[in-house]
Order: sequence, then C-alpha cells, then structure tokens
Amino acid sequence: MEPITIVTNKSVPLMNDNIDTDQLIPKQFLKNILKVGFGKNLFYDWRYLAPNKPNPDFILNHDERKDARILITGENFGCGSSREHAVWALKDYGFRVVIAGGYSDIFYMNSTKNGLLAIVLPKEQRDILAKAGADEEVVVDLPNQEVRYRDDHFKFDIDPLWKNKFINGLDDIAITMQYEDKIREYEAKIPNFD
Amino acid sequence: MQRTMFDKIWDRHVITGETGAPQLIYVDLQLVHEVTSPQAFEGLRENNRQVRRTDKTFATMDHNVPTKDIFNIKDQIARKQIDTLGHNAKEFGVRLAGMGDVDQGIVHVIGPQLGLTQPGMVIVCGDSHTATHGAFGSIAFGIGTSEVEHVMATQTIWQTKPKTTGIHVHGKMPKGVYAKDIIMGIIAREGVAFGTGQAVEFYGDTIENMSMEERMTLCNMAIEGGAKMGNVQPDQTTFDYVAGRKYAPKNMDKATEYWSQFYTDSPEAFDRIIDFDVTQLAPYITWGTNPGMAVPVDGQFPAINNDDDQKAYDYVGMTPGDKPSDIKIEFAFFGSCTNGRLSDMKIAAEALKGHHIAEGVTALVVPGSRTIKEEAEKIGLDKIFKDAGCDWRDPGCSACLGMNPDQVPAGVHCASTSNRNFEGRQGAGSRTHLASPAMVAAAAINGHFIDIRKETA
Ligand code: SF4
Repeated sequence: MEPITIVTNKSVPLMNDNIDTDQLIPKQFLKNILKVGFGKNLFYDWRYLAPNKPNPDFILNHDERKDARILITGENFGCGSSREHAVWALKDYGFRVVIAGGYSDIFYMNSTKNGLLAIVLPKEQRDILAKAGADEEVVVDLPNQEVRYRDDHFKFDIDPLWKNKFINGLDDIAITMQYEDKIREYEAKIPNFD
Repeated sequence: MQRTMFDKIWDRHVITGETGAPQLIYVDLQLVHEVTSPQAFEGLRENNRQVRRTDKTFATMDHNVPTKDIFNIKDQIARKQIDTLGHNAKEFGVRLAGMGDVDQGIVHVIGPQLGLTQPGMVIVCGDSHTATHGAFGSIAFGIGTSEVEHVMATQTIWQTKPKTTGIHVHGKMPKGVYAKDIIMGIIAREGVAFGTGQAVEFYGDTIENMSMEERMTLCNMAIEGGAKMGNVQPDQTTFDYVAGRKYAPKNMDKATEYWSQFYTDSPEAFDRIIDFDVTQLAPYITWGTNPGMAVPVDGQFPAINNDDDQKAYDYVGMTPGDKPSDIKIEFAFFGSCTNGRLSDMKIAAEALKGHHIAEGVTALVVPGSRTIKEEAEKIGLDKIFKDAGCDWRDPGCSACLGMNPDQVPAGVHCASTSNRNFEGRQGAGSRTHLASPAMVAAAAINGHFIDIRKETA
C-alpha cells in the first residue's frame, strides 16, 4: 500500500449529506474482477448526462477541479451497501483524502485497507474548507493530525493503529500473521458439538 | 459488571488487543458470494496464500444470477463473476452452492436455512445485510473485499468494539402489521443514522413472541438505520429453528447449553436504550429515496425540510401532502433477504389468493433460495401467484438491486418487499416504495397502496 504522510493538494467540495455507495459507484459497474478501472464511473449518475456525455454543471467536471485530490463532503458519507468498489473508485479517480462529518462504519474500514485517508471534521470547519478556491491548496498533515488552509489549523483524530498503517503503507494480512500462535491457541479452544 | 449478549460473544472471540482500540477477532463463519469475492481470491493468489479454514467458509451465487433460464447468462461480465467464483471455490477448496444447486440462494437466506448460522458465532460476509444472522444471537456484520481476503487468509478480523443500543420493542402487534413495519417504523422515527456503527439488540415481549423469520426481517434492516448489526438474544425459538438442519450441531444438548450463556444481563448494560411500543403501529411505506423517508399507510408525505427532501421528491415524482394511496403502482417485487423466505411467500400468497393483480402491473415473485422455491411449490404457492398474474421465478437477489435482468423501468413506481429505496437501486430511474409482503400484495391487486388493516379488520 502506498504510504500517506502529508498531502498538499487542491480540493473539491461536494457538500451533500448521506452520499451513499450507489451514488459513489452505481451497481452496473461492479461486475469487474479487478480493483482498478472504477474511477471513470465515480459519481456516475451525477457526473454524466448520458454515456460519455459529462454533465458540465457537476463540480468534478469543472476543468479547474479535475486534478483535486482532496474531497470535502457532508455527513454520513459512504452509507449504504458494503461495496469496497466505492473506495476503489475514489482512489482510482485520484482522491487520497476525504474530509466528511462522518462515515458509515464499513466505508471507513474499507478506506483504511486501501490507503484512502478518511478524516472527520465538524461542519463549521468543513464549511470553511469548502470555500477553498480551485487554485488554492489544502494541506492534510497526517503525522501532526492537522488540516491546514490559509490561517486555519484544524486538528483531527485517528486511531494510532490506522495512523501507523497509513504512514508506513502496511499490508493487513502480513501484520495479522504475526499473531499466528495466538490464533492457533484460540482455535484449539473452540467448543465442538459433534 | 452488567454485560450484553453482544459483549459476551465479543469478549470470547478476542485474540489480541484492548477494548477501545482495534482488536483481533476470531471469525466462526464466512459467507461468500460472487460480487465481493473475486478480488479477495485474486489477492490470495498474488501473495501465495490459502483459505485458512475452508470448513468455516461457504459460498453461493445470488447477486448476479438470472431468475429465469438460469444457465443462459447473457450479461458477459455477470457470467464472468459467476464462473470466477466457481473456479475460485474449486481452486481454494471452498464449499459452493452453485447455479441450480438445491442449497443455492441469497447468501443471508441460505446461512440460516442450512444451519450454518448459529448462536454465539462471529459471522461475516462481504455484504451489509449480513446483519440478518444476528437474529440467531450471533455477532454478524458486513465487511469489504479486503477484509474478505483477510478473513480468508487468517480466519480473523481487526475490529474496534462498537457501542451498544438496546431497542425495547413491546406490545402486541396489531393485525396487518409485521416485523417489516416495526423496523421501518423505528427507522422512520429515529432516522437512517440512529445506529451508526453500533451493535443494536432488539428485546422485549414483541421480540420474544416472534418467529425466527420475523426476527431475521427485523435484524436484516437494522443496517438501514446505520447499525453495524442487529441482534436478538437466542432462546428456545432459536434452538428449535437450528436443530436438525444440514450443518446444525449433532450434539444439540451440548450446543444449547453453550449457546444459553449468551444473554443480556439487564437493559442497564446497553450504552443507550430506545423504547418502541408497537400496539398502535400502522403498516409503513417509504415515499422517498432512503428507508427513513417513510410514513404510516394512513399518513401524508411530509413537507420539504432540506435539499435531500427536495431531491427525493423530484426523483420519485410525488409532492408533499400526497398519500400512499396516491402512488400509481405498476411493479411489485416479492423477494430479497428481507422478505424472501417461505413465511413471506405464504403471507403474499394468502393476500393474492382469489385475486388478480391490477391491469398494467408487473409482479415478480423471487424466492430467497431454491429450497424455499421447492417448498413453496409443494404447498401450491406457485400456482396461487401465477393465477394472480405474477411471474414465479428462480431464486436470487433479483430486482432488490437489479444487477441481473430483473429491473424496474425508469419512472415506474414499484411496491417492493426489499430493503433499499435508493435512487436507481432497482434499475435506473426506478421509484421504489418499501413495504411488507402483505402491503405489496394489496398494492399489486389495487394498483395503489391500501390500508390492509381495514380489509383484515
Ligand atoms: S437480496 Fe438485496 S439486500 Fe439482500 S443480499 Fe441480495 S442484493 Fe443485498
């Protein structure tokens, strides 16, 4: 996994609450057996008026926002189905950081597995970030757990375990395999009803 | 210290880690389906890893499968996912109920049906409605594909222990009101995020009097209130349901004794309690584009309070002040892991018996599993459905999410026994109205929703 430390980049605001995974990546695009290639269909129903016909009003289609790597959004982001494709689509599109008021639990867990940094900030702070112009940079500083924009410094929380994973780009399974002895010990104690 | 059923199961499964931080939890059962597993198997292959416990893993095909002419999958990508699961199961030695197998069906229907789902277990699946299995007094929740791979490789998962909410459901259910209405009523009142990330337990006399199938409906939709899982404490009803099933324990006495330790000491053990009296509850239907946008059948659609409401009204083509009976129903869907079990089929058939669906209505009946289909046919339900003008299909998720050809056309209002009314969920532009099987049957007959309490009173 690609490590994340400090992301200094343009942002794009999409302040709707409850953006669900059907919106992030509609089901007709789930029929793939790889993890890549989902980015072009991110926010499909909002982003396109018809196949290959981008909606010029949708902010992700604005030329000056196209290379933004930080998404600022509303409450309860990523609710709905557990599809990890939603995170793959955000990542494949190019987002490295999402800043929302909260996340569905499954979405949050999926983000930690795929190196998409999902940050929680209160509404007042997100409203300030949402004003960042297309040419302005927002700094997400993971080691210091801080989002910086102009003169504002917003602190955020993150579990030390996830922080360590992001900063070092660690693979989960390899970490868990260090506990092999304990897993075996547990398995020996599982009750048997045969 | 007072502990909940959830605490007791959780604590037993911790391999390492402290409460409050991510803990490594042992998984007793992983259910697998074709949509969220290919990348997981691919990851194992890339890293030269095995499925650690094939005896604790079970796969089936449900999301993509056609419900008609089932071996003729026209969608090339769907076919590829289905074939891929077949190859992967074989290569990794995972048990599979494949296309046409008597055990095949919606993953959350077959787990309980086969006796794989048991009290006291930790159960995961790459699907949010895994919450269904919590009805057995197990910890059951949906996970993403990377976690699927992690569980395959290690039989464990990293999780932070969630907070608990107890929902005290009490009172006698009025006629015409079902488990579906209880959970829809709770979500309508408490909102789609009331349970975010939490372990929700339903308890009280109403729950104690419910069948396992009703409990499953309830727990299934806990996720629509944001909950990570919905649980019911195991009791004699649970033990009787599990006993004798294909993968049930052989020594039921020993199993029951073990399972009986998983109860909540007292409601004080919950972090929060919600009270829900069902005595005056009405059947519910959704008007909008999330399951919380729901009203009682005798209610009116609410005023527009925010952009989301406006967007929902625009999408469904209705206006505030409209009533459920104002919706012109042209599609009816009976099925899904919420209401696709035999008892649901019986309720729908009962309502449809001797009637015909209204002109211009298309009705799909999709049993949750092949076994349910066969059982329903044995007691003649298929005939009742067909005589009423419904289409009797093979099992699968079908129009619950329209990943197969079963889709609701754009602009059409569908009365549906499923669990999600999101934009485009049942097909691009489809307008979903969630309700109980009895309400959907009545809507199909009349071409609009009616208050079934008046008819059944
Ligand atoms: S029936 Fe619907 S909700 Fe249930 S698993 Fe299938 S798609 Fe998901």
